[in-house]
Amino acid sequence: MTAKTEVVTAGEPVAANRGHRKQLSEGARAERRLGWLLCAPAVVVMIVVAAFPIFYAIYLSLQRYDLRFPAQAHFVGLSNYGAVLSSSYWWHALMVTLIITVISVAAEFVFGMLLALLMFRTIFMRGTMRTISLIPYGIVTVAAAYGWQYAWTPNTGYLSALFGDSAPLTKTGTAIAIIILAEVWKTTPFMALLLMAGLSLVPEDLTKAARVDGASAWQRFTRVTLPLMKPAILVALLFRTLDAFRIFDNIYILTAGGNGTYSVSILGYDNLFRALNLGIGSAISILIFVCVAIIAVIYIKIFGAAAPGTGK
Amino acid sequence: MAATAKQKSGWITANIVTMLVMLIPVVWIFSLSFKDPSTITDPTFFPRKWTWANYSGIFSSSDFTRPLLNSIGIGLIATFISVLLASLAAYAVARLAFPGKSALVGMSLMIAMFPLISLATPLFNIERTLGLFNTWPGLIIPYIAFGLPLGIYTLSAFFREIPWELEKAAKMDGATPFQAFVRVIAPLAAPGMVTTAILVFLFCWNEFLLAFTLTATTAARTAPAALAFFTGSSQFAVPTGSISAAAVVITIPIVIFVLLFQRRIVAGLTSGAVKG
Repeated sequence: MTAKTEVVTAGEPVAANRGHRKQLSEGARAERRLGWLLCAPAVVVMIVVAAFPIFYAIYLSLQRYDLRFPAQAHFVGLSNYGAVLSSSYWWHALMVTLIITVISVAAEFVFGMLLALLMFRTIFMRGTMRTISLIPYGIVTVAAAYGWQYAWTPNTGYLSALFGDSAPLTKTGTAIAIIILAEVWKTTPFMALLLMAGLSLVPEDLTKAARVDGASAWQRFTRVTLPLMKPAILVALLFRTLDAFRIFDNIYILTAGGNGTYSVSILGYDNLFRALNLGIGSAISILIFVCVAIIAVIYIKIFGAAAPGTGK
Repeated sequence: MAATAKQKSGWITANIVTMLVMLIPVVWIFSLSFKDPSTITDPTFFPRKWTWANYSGIFSSSDFTRPLLNSIGIGLIATFISVLLASLAAYAVARLAFPGKSALVGMSLMIAMFPLISLATPLFNIERTLGLFNTWPGLIIPYIAFGLPLGIYTLSAFFREIPWELEKAAKMDGATPFQAFVRVIAPLAAPGMVTTAILVFLFCWNEFLLAFTLTATTAARTAPAALAFFTGSSQFAVPTGSISAAAVVITIPIVIFVLLFQRRIVAGLTSGAVKG
């Protein structure tokens, strides 16, 4: 998933000319050395903490490795993957994760766009609106999740009381709906901020011109504003989709994955830290990683989302 | 263009509905945390009997005060180191031409998208071997690594906005590139660095999965993870009140923080996204 586009800094000639390496001036060479030197600490930390463990996880996923019997660990090839992929738990978890991801990202996009338009265009209390909208972003996910959990607990929660003292968190369908609600409430402001940044890039003249030409507000929005916002929209959707796919906190607090509400991350956690099966758990981890990579490739290749930071 | 009365009332209604949706869940946790334990099973929105007992309860036990201290310490140290390393790399990305730059950007992007659960196991195993499990460094090091992509991304967007003629001027006056960085650019870059620090700190403060899996006791467990281990003040009491009070305590500083630095946070979150 390495970014293929060359990073070009605006207003600066690209100094490193690869065809003429020997002719590099002393200054260009010093610049190169400084570039590597400045990046080195960050690169080392990222390799040690993120890249190396991923390879270690691949290695672990090829072992039969039960933490309770570490001495019996041995190489088993791909059989952990076979066990995971032939297990209905994995496919159920994947299904739940995809449902949560698709519905919450779609809802966040709609509400985020409405919130962005509201924050951008409102004539009243604009400052207060923007401030209050940041609160769900700032709140700790776990804290908010407990709030939702208690709100839906019979005999404790106002929402549960409102819906006839039901216990929605104990039923798969309603529990997933509440997980999505918690997720959407928490992250819509983030989506709105990214979309608002895109909105501010749409030139006022264009929408005015469309209005003069007799376009309705809806036409102006779908034909002028949306197409111009496409890059910002794709980046926002990419970020949120990948983030929603690894959902853990909200589910863990709301249902702990009970009643068929477990996501792939919860399944991985249960295998790793409850069943203490490092082999199976690592295989699940790697499969999640592969799913995330596939989602990113779909966004970047099919929808043409520019990977952020690639200068596009 | 004067707004018509109809437009006015439309905006006002939309604003009020939005604010209520944003605020009600927060007010609910507050109100829960003030409910007297005897009325906690009373599903009214506001407490009928107010009490500070839940707060005095959590602050009299190291089950909460120690994790709170861990959260603050681990968050501050990880943020400091992360922003320091990220500014070095972001300067290079924004400013210097060197081979391997797109590989670096690609790598940090990949790490930003990593599913954390994929790293929880290998890190758990590695840290147990190295004796880092359940220690501050055991959480600080991963937090630095996950703060870095966010930091490099945000800071390089900020660094591109700096008037670089000043750097040239400094170089003409005989400064080395390193001196130009430390003496001229770093002070100009400070606002961007503060913003980045806020975002990285918010990440550390919020993080749950690693805090939950890489710790075993309150020696290093941070506050969000500690909430999940709360029990009531007595063995038989439900911990609803204490958890709500603790949730409020870990939320308030962040909400105040977010409100104070609102502009910076918005600028930081959106800078990279649109300007790329």
